[in-house]
Amino acid sequence: MATRIDVSGLTAFYGKFKAVSDIHFSIEPKNVTAFIGPSGCGKSTVLRTLNRMHEVLPGARVEGRVLMDGEDLYGPGVDPVNVRRAVGMVFQRPNPFPTMSIYENVVAGLKLNGTRKKSLLDERAEESLRGANLWEEVKDRLGRPGAGLSGGQQQRLCIARAIAVEPQVLLMDEPCSALDPISTLAIEDLIVKLKSSYTIVIVTHNMQQASRVSDTTAFFTLDKTGDPGRLVEMDKTEKIFSNPAQKRTEEYITGRFG
Amino acid sequence: MSTTTVSSTTGTGGGLALRGQKLPNAAFPVIAVGAVVLTVLLYLVTSIDSTIQFVLISGVLYLIGQTVASVLVEGSRRAADRFVTTLVYLAFLLAVIPLVAVLANVIAKGVGRLDVGFLSHSMRGIGARDAGGGIYHALIGTLEQIALASLFAVPFSLLVAIYLVEYGRGRISRTISFFVDVLTGLPSVIAGLFILAFYILALGQKPSGFAGSLALTILMIPIVVRAAEEMLKLVPHELREASYALGVPRWRTILKVVLPTALPGIVTGVMLAVARVAGETAPLLLTIFGTDSINFNPFSGPQSALPLYIYSQAGQPQQTAVDRAWAAALTLIALVMLLNVVARLIARMARVR
Repeated sequence: MATRIDVSGLTAFYGKFKAVSDIHFSIEPKNVTAFIGPSGCGKSTVLRTLNRMHEVLPGARVEGRVLMDGEDLYGPGVDPVNVRRAVGMVFQRPNPFPTMSIYENVVAGLKLNGTRKKSLLDERAEESLRGANLWEEVKDRLGRPGAGLSGGQQQRLCIARAIAVEPQVLLMDEPCSALDPISTLAIEDLIVKLKSSYTIVIVTHNMQQASRVSDTTAFFTLDKTGDPGRLVEMDKTEKIFSNPAQKRTEEYITGRFG
Repeated sequence: MSTTTVSSTTGTGGGLALRGQKLPNAAFPVIAVGAVVLTVLLYLVTSIDSTIQFVLISGVLYLIGQTVASVLVEGSRRAADRFVTTLVYLAFLLAVIPLVAVLANVIAKGVGRLDVGFLSHSMRGIGARDAGGGIYHALIGTLEQIALASLFAVPFSLLVAIYLVEYGRGRISRTISFFVDVLTGLPSVIAGLFILAFYILALGQKPSGFAGSLALTILMIPIVVRAAEEMLKLVPHELREASYALGVPRWRTILKVVLPTALPGIVTGVMLAVARVAGETAPLLLTIFGTDSINFNPFSGPQSALPLYIYSQAGQPQQTAVDRAWAAALTLIALVMLLNVVARLIARMARVR
């Protein structure tokens, strides 16, 4: 079910602006990988290239290869819609659909992609909400609007929504940056739990979070504003935070710059 | 003007003057009464006698009195705040006066003639001097024409708005946008003339409710396009991204996520458009021809419509006809409000609670 990811020669543009340049890395299956780095270094951009969400913005394009279990996401004939069904995403700000109930939010991906069978939807809704540690809190009010939940619950609802379509990979773009510490803890516990079934990539500004949840950490940076971001190094999380190979990484994680 | 005692709340200790002088609440009714009294005096010594001016003059006097009192007691910053706040309320009152006046007038003059018989009878065989008759034929015509016009205009306009917001880039969408703006300013009689020239004269069709609804469609399209466009733009981009990220194709995202989110605003826009065309007279004058008989079929033969009915009845010298015009006007206003309420109820039912 989980998938390995191999990125090579990845360069992403917003119009004429080169956001990241010549990125190479590999991600093992059932592994949590954290992307860290200063603002503007392109870590979110790289994340969004992994499910072809980058190109949703007008003028944005990608060069290079992203292989998922050997298949190039940017190869000819690849449908971005199919890519996104296989690679789920959770965003920085919780974004449940405001017109839908909690239940409808969870099964939105299935329903909008044509699953009609009520029994299957019910089953998957409960499964996903349990998976997102939200079931006990919402099981009595599944018909209420998803937007009525607290921020942390909304974010777990979004995670439930993402895993309801049974993706191979789960991408998280600063999933806790809009949440309080208790909700953050809930999400972090959830990430550790989800690791057994998904390959997870998480962008975070919080280095403690990266060291708590991830197996591998990638450090991105940019040399100066306007330059494209680049990958400085990627290694086991313990190594990055204890004995990084690059001086830039050490300066960043010890708080001397960025 | 009235000078009132000031509650002396001077700064307490520490030299920090955190509390300013404040006019007591009782000061404002006193100033208001003073303004009215002054206006009455003004009316006694001068020859002004208009009731609307009475409200205006006392309003302006109140504004002056309050500002002066506030400057003297509270200082210029708070006085400026009070001045602008009062100005806003006065402007609001001024804007509401015509609305209330029109409604009160129409209700007062129309309600006497409005009964079941008026709603359920046509004008067939009724002369201007006769007391009977009704608006049944015009009501049928208006409802059918609005329904047809909405049927054509709403889906079409929604598609245009979706194109402009979701797909349109560059010159084509700018051109469309420009022409929608031009269409917004189109005088309604021109829409009627266009249908008269194109559909009736050039294509050789007879005047009918259908021809009228075509003219109304032209008037509805720009309003609905603009309203829907603004509402679609308000839908956060994050919602679209959330949907894309679930592997939902773009068209389904628009249909199932973007449109439902924008629905209440779009309904409002559609109702505005309906309200606007429901009262249009000029384009119907040229396209539906008007009749005193009931014609259920909008596609064949002349039809009547409420605005047209009001226009023709109000043009007669007899009081019986003028009474019918007032009652029909009241019916038209009530009809538009009823449609509005129904549309909002439907939009609310679509929402989760």
